[in-house]
Amino acid sequence: MNDIHGCVKRFEVDRAIIDAKGMHYFELNALLRELSADGIRDVEVYNVYGQRYIGTGLKTPLNIRIYGVPGNDLGAFMDGQRIFVYGNAQDGCGNTMNDGLIIVHGDSGDVAGYGMRGGKIFVKGDAGFRVGVHMKEYGGKRPTIIIGGNVGDFLGEYMSGGIILVLNLSRKEGGGKRSMKFVGVGMHGGTIYIRGEVVHVAKEARVVETDEHDLRLISELVRDFSTCFSLGMSIDEIMSNEFVKVVPASSRPYGKLYG
Amino acid sequence: MRRYLLPEYIVERDDLKCTRCKICVEQCTYGVHNYNAIKNMIESRSELCVDCLRCVLFCPVNAITVRRNPNVYKENYHWTYEFITSIKRQADTGSALLSGMGCDKQNLTYWDKLLLNACQVTNPPIDPIREPIEIRTYLGGKPKMLEFEFNDEDITLGTKLGPCLCAETPILFAAMSYGALNLNVHEALARAAVDCGTYFNCGEGGLHPSLYKYSDHTIVQVASGRFGVDLKYLSVGAAIEIKIGQGAKPGIGGHLPGEKVSDDIAMVRMIPAGTDAISPAPHHDIYSIEDLRQLIYALKETVEYTKPVAVKIAAVHNSAAIASGIVRAGADIIVLDGVRGATGAAPKAIRDNVGIPIELAVASVDQRLRDEGVRDEVSLIASGGIRSSADVVKAVALGADAVYIGTAALIAMGCTLCQKCYTGKCPWGIATTDPEISKRLNPEDAYKRVVNLVKAWSIEIKEMLGAMGMDAIESLRGNREQLRGVGLTDRELEILGVKMAGE
Ligand code: SF4
Ligand code: SF4
Repeated sequence: MNDIHGCVKRFEVDRAIIDAKGMHYFELNALLRELSADGIRDVEVYNVYGQRYIGTGLKTPLNIRIYGVPGNDLGAFMDGQRIFVYGNAQDGCGNTMNDGLIIVHGDSGDVAGYGMRGGKIFVKGDAGFRVGVHMKEYGGKRPTIIIGGNVGDFLGEYMSGGIILVLNLSRKEGGGKRSMKFVGVGMHGGTIYIRGEVVHVAKEARVVETDEHDLRLISELVRDFSTCFSLGMSIDEIMSNEFVKVVPASSRPYGKLYG
Repeated sequence: MRRYLLPEYIVERDDLKCTRCKICVEQCTYGVHNYNAIKNMIESRSELCVDCLRCVLFCPVNAITVRRNPNVYKENYHWTYEFITSIKRQADTGSALLSGMGCDKQNLTYWDKLLLNACQVTNPPIDPIREPIEIRTYLGGKPKMLEFEFNDEDITLGTKLGPCLCAETPILFAAMSYGALNLNVHEALARAAVDCGTYFNCGEGGLHPSLYKYSDHTIVQVASGRFGVDLKYLSVGAAIEIKIGQGAKPGIGGHLPGEKVSDDIAMVRMIPAGTDAISPAPHHDIYSIEDLRQLIYALKETVEYTKPVAVKIAAVHNSAAIASGIVRAGADIIVLDGVRGATGAAPKAIRDNVGIPIELAVASVDQRLRDEGVRDEVSLIASGGIRSSADVVKAVALGADAVYIGTAALIAMGCTLCQKCYTGKCPWGIATTDPEISKRLNPEDAYKRVVNLVKAWSIEIKEMLGAMGMDAIESLRGNREQLRGVGLTDRELEILGVKMAGE
């Protein structure tokens, strides 16, 4: 084992451990960039207390395992790296992410997946407001967000592509249930699936019945999701509930506004 | 329903001169001119004319005249032609009115009420023909003080300088997106930026891969829609500009209608072809100066602190306080876009009534930042309706480091300010992505015209500096002693920080 900066231990050629205690994000992210450029492919970061932008600006593949609570904009503009958070994530995780994976074992804050164009965000617990806001898709890229628990209002706001799946698996007895109002406000593309019922859909979106194709897709997503977490519920049990599908009412919500 | 709109213009043709060559028929994108084979005559539908003057300029025998329709409503200072027409149009459609280019209202231009100084007798002017006058401008944060290290013979700079843009002239090309404009225009601007040693801003619609070769002279923009923004895009630009607002439509987002999102535009914006490209009014992660700081630093982290980050805002009532916050948020450049700022499409009500003149905004922002002792931490770019080299010089004297030009560059390429950019049928091949109409703009010609304009203005800037006895534009920045006002109230003079002419 090799001590590099005092706070970094390198073991094996391509793996390292960072103790981020007291470290500014500036330092931590520079370290991550340095290590990844140096051939490290797996890094465990301990004592993470709110450092922002972890995983941003990396140019080589890297698996980052975060123990603690990473700060806002986790994986912003990320391009193919994989982040595993053993704790909660804060606001803006996966901001404008192009590719990669963010797996959060706890809850996540607001605006997860803002402007996300590719990759996946899986949150085991609940997520905040405006999940998947302005999420889009292009060419072969179709981003996916799966939230195990429930979410705040404005889910899929301005959404123009990709898939959001909310599983509503209540972790605590009677706790954590949110109102989830204004689902799909300004939505003009993409698909939202919600397990259970949806109370309040915005006027730009509409609820349609799921068909066989949808259910097949959902069960694949649930399978992916359950490989990441122990959910305490089988895929069949999850799939035995009804799913609601929310799609845009029009791909041109502003088409008639101006003359 | 019968439409109650008067034709705005009358198109007249001198039939004796007309050779029936049909050039006007081909050139008009609005279908005004038609050839009547039976009569062997060209007929014109005046009600469709937008006064772009394309046919007038292209008619080989100068046979066409376009003039304002002399049939006017009864004279009324309150109910002007414009208000009556707007009401009639809205009564027809029930839609909000759109307009192209910038606000065209009276009384919002202060440049014409500001006059520059010149040396006489006591301090000699400098002749720019025989003495070098420096107009190179560095844009970005500057250290308050420089520290040097002396080792024996060697002197090295000890202060770590932040990233700056280096423009050979204080004129940059304002953000205009691919989608609002076609690729020919982007290419012309990019090449002109390289030639003039300045920068072109690709706007919020991404950067076409064929333009990556000019990226050292490209400012890439990040707006609320995040179109075309990925690691590569952020990494190639010379600077990154966060667009919070624009002068033509403060508080309003952008919207490229689905029919303009062609395959190529879809590729650059990274969205499916044919879908609306909506840039919402706010960034969904910015509701405070702290949030702005978060995005600024997300971008700085992404490019490892190698490029300056600019923040563009529309000039509004409390710009000075906002600008002060933007400095604290860590921006390297602030772009202020005034009420005259143009756009491809803006709701007319917003365009003509929201925002403040750039002259007042620059003066008050510069003053505020100086008072707070943070002026050095940012550069200030003034934008929105800069029409001449004199406007540039006055902007610098009021406190700007540089200016952005948009409309002026388009006028150089052919634009006649017909204000119909939102129709997508720009007869000059500029504000259109229609592949056929876009061919009208020859990127080689357009590039040369823009280079000529910037060169001409740069010469004039040097002449004006020389006349004021200055050999560097640095000496003029915020030097309001070089300005005097005419026809302004005391309060206006006070905000502009200039004395009355004669004082
Ligand atoms: S371009 Fe001039 S000469 Fe040719 S048809 Fe039109 S009006 Fe006649
Ligand atoms: S860009 Fe074209 S459409 Fe817009 S004002 Fe100029 S000439 Fe008219």
